[in-house]
Amino acid sequence: MSEAQLRRPPKRRLPVEWLGILPFVAFAMLFLIMPTMKIVIGAFQSPEGGFTLQNLIDLNTDSIRSAYWTSIKLSLITALLGCAAGFAMASAVVFGGLPKRVRSPLLTFSGVASNFAGVPLAFAFIATLGPAGLVTLWLKTEFGINLRAMGFNLLSFWGLVVTYLFFQIPLMILIIIPALDGLKREWREAAEVLGATGAQYWRMVALPILFPSILGTFALLFANSFGAVATAFALTGPQLNIVPIKLFAQIRGDVLGNPNLGYALAFGMIVITGLANVTYIVLRTRSERWLK
Amino acid sequence: MTRFFAWTAFLLGVLFFVLPLVGMTEFSLKMRRGEYSFDAYRRVFEDQRFWDTFSYSLILAGATIVFGVLLVVPTAYWVRLKLPQARPVIEFITLLPLVIPAIVIVFGYIRLYNTSSVLPLTGSALGTDFLLTMGYATLALPYMYRAVDTGLRTIDVATLTEAAQSLGAGWITILARIILPNVLVAVLSGAFLTLAIVIGEFTMAALLNRPAFGPFMQLLGANRAYEPPALAVIAFAITWGCMGLIQLVTRFSKHERAKV
Amino acid sequence: MAFLDLTNLEKVFGTNRVVKDFSLGVDKGEFVSLLGPSGCGKTTVLRMVAGFETPTSGSIRIDGQDVTDQRTNQRAIGMMFQAYALFPNMTVADNVAFGLKVKGVPRAEREARVIEMLQLIGLPDLASRFPFQLSGGQQQRVALARALAPQPRVLLLDEPLSALDAKVRVSLRNEIREIQRELGITTIFVTHDQEEAMSISDRIVVMNGGIAEQAGAPFEIYNNPRTRFVAGFVGTLNMFTAMVEDAERGLITVAGQRIALATGAIEARNGETVNLALRPEAIRLGRAVSCEVVLPATIEAVHFLGSVIRVRARVAGTVVALDTFNRPDQPPPPLGSTAEISFAASDVILLPA
Repeated sequence: MSEAQLRRPPKRRLPVEWLGILPFVAFAMLFLIMPTMKIVIGAFQSPEGGFTLQNLIDLNTDSIRSAYWTSIKLSLITALLGCAAGFAMASAVVFGGLPKRVRSPLLTFSGVASNFAGVPLAFAFIATLGPAGLVTLWLKTEFGINLRAMGFNLLSFWGLVVTYLFFQIPLMILIIIPALDGLKREWREAAEVLGATGAQYWRMVALPILFPSILGTFALLFANSFGAVATAFALTGPQLNIVPIKLFAQIRGDVLGNPNLGYALAFGMIVITGLANVTYIVLRTRSERWLK
Repeated sequence: MTRFFAWTAFLLGVLFFVLPLVGMTEFSLKMRRGEYSFDAYRRVFEDQRFWDTFSYSLILAGATIVFGVLLVVPTAYWVRLKLPQARPVIEFITLLPLVIPAIVIVFGYIRLYNTSSVLPLTGSALGTDFLLTMGYATLALPYMYRAVDTGLRTIDVATLTEAAQSLGAGWITILARIILPNVLVAVLSGAFLTLAIVIGEFTMAALLNRPAFGPFMQLLGANRAYEPPALAVIAFAITWGCMGLIQLVTRFSKHERAKV
Repeated sequence: MAFLDLTNLEKVFGTNRVVKDFSLGVDKGEFVSLLGPSGCGKTTVLRMVAGFETPTSGSIRIDGQDVTDQRTNQRAIGMMFQAYALFPNMTVADNVAFGLKVKGVPRAEREARVIEMLQLIGLPDLASRFPFQLSGGQQQRVALARALAPQPRVLLLDEPLSALDAKVRVSLRNEIREIQRELGITTIFVTHDQEEAMSISDRIVVMNGGIAEQAGAPFEIYNNPRTRFVAGFVGTLNMFTAMVEDAERGLITVAGQRIALATGAIEARNGETVNLALRPEAIRLGRAVSCEVVLPATIEAVHFLGSVIRVRARVAGTVVALDTFNRPDQPPPPLGSTAEISFAASDVILLPA
């Protein structure tokens, strides 16, 4: 073969291999990519079809701003609490000297609970912490504690936080238990023998090793609660001012009075979950230099 | 000391998870004044809409699973066998549904496939059912793909394929008779997870205006007091059943392997 | 008093007595191996010294100080584990510096010490690598450097070579021994590999079922095993049964041959059966000059191992293994042929029943 031939890539054959994933690519294009692109493009289109930034500018109203802010707050808090509580339970089971028997039921239950979201979950919490719920009544009759008078209302921000934790915590448990299992006993013993305290071991060895997993779960939990509609809708109806509920109402009845503002609202959601994931990927690559 | 904290964390968690379950069960039994009864459940089961919406969602779940398996198994197999360079892209795509909220995706469907578009899927009931099935397949994609790909990792795809080819098997035969049986456990796990996700799904079904179980539950919740917790108990039992079946097939397969 | 003193150590897990009344004194700078099959308690002894297990009873002293109830991180010891114990999130340099860092050693001093340590293990260029970028042998070298960096009083080695392949195993064990000598650090080495133990130890403690069966220099253990277990576990052994003819004069018979034992009188009654043992290298093929006992044999198998040829021959109803050196002018005997074997009465090891 001459040098020129070597340098120039040979004439492309029909890439037969790529045909094998054609159905998948077609599916992804039609039902994932294009619908999303439609939203993204729509966010920059005027009703007449021209390019405009007006939709995004129009998002800047008190009501929409506060909806975004509430949604972000809700997602951050439930992701944070979910990670913390899930981590506490998982490490209690893995390191806390709890009997081995509790581990497998906990994992199974977490699998169930992390999928027990949406409408039925809202019902369960209404029956428990709602105005006539089991715990509410019990606290009132047995201890004279009136949750409502103390400012707790299930159909409010904090009520939503408590409800979301029911699927956020198990999700964290499901992901973090295998990661905790991956911590080798030798690492802890090596650290101890070298003079490290338990706290030093966690700070310098265990947490840095777990960091990517924790971070990834955090991003997942964030997106999980940011996009959740059903639980909030079944719990509070259309009244709570968070982005997914607002978008839901907009799609159903154009409550914003401007179809293209709906695109912008949805586009904002993609941007935020997207940003959360980009942050995650960046942090992860930086913290995983020591992996292959 | 550690043990004390461990037990505290664990028991607090258990309390948090058990209370709502006890709460919904207790509430669902309180329909009759002054005594526990199954009246709420009877009301639910006497409601024709319950059966209609439930079977509708069940059928859609079945369709989603069949479509998902037919889509994911050959793709994951092919990527492992011939297109390892496409892996990162495919994996990225399969993870997208975890990032893009379902409500955004379905919003896109409504605008993309409305009656005035090239592909007016929302124009007919059947078209909308198809669209909803595709939506569910999208929601289930991350789990399904992950499960199947993990299953494929444990078998030597290339060798099995070459062996089958040397015996004269075609692609369909290889997929149906060699690959699928070997990843059956993974496929079943993915299938039951899909069922758990789809059966009570609310957002997509409600926005596409289809008579599914999720919107029915929401509707009942807005109008009744005792039936909703009964529905929650039923939904929880279904989810638990799905997860139990996953455990069952996994354990069964381990048993099978141990025998060999 | 020895530098490291283990006195009457006992460890009970549930109803299982894993270590029974174990006592051992290790002198400063000495290299002692705990040798035994898995489950013999050797690792448990080591883990008690490290402080990972608390002895059920007994005491551990290092340099005169009782450390039995001291926490691991207070004991100032170094330890190497079987494998993969390097912190995967840290570079080689950070791994080696870890012990100094938690002690609060200032940065400059730490860095100097790391360089010194990496030079000691012969890997001065790998400071910024991560563990996954190293071979198994390199990882274990770094683990050694990490253990030695804080200048521990005692070095504990928990089968550090078992996960490596044969060639690396041999070169690394010699390197470990050299470094140990150079630093004069008191060392306990746990292994189930008798060849490994014999090649690098000052002293070996053979353990079985939680007790120390015998302690001594490798030469002593190999040539004068005190129990049947030690004899069988350390090296290959050929066993014969013999009849005591005259206990007072040390006369016994094997396959009709009378042997006068070098030990003289033995503790047995006349007419009793006793067990004899012979190392493969003590048995010669053919009549050798210094060997007064000659027995007829049938050749059953020949294994050519290179410099050594191991022959299996049937003698008096049992199969014995014997080693001869390879000599180009002397091909091994054909299978099935008859031959004579011989050995010296002084090489016979008389085992307790």
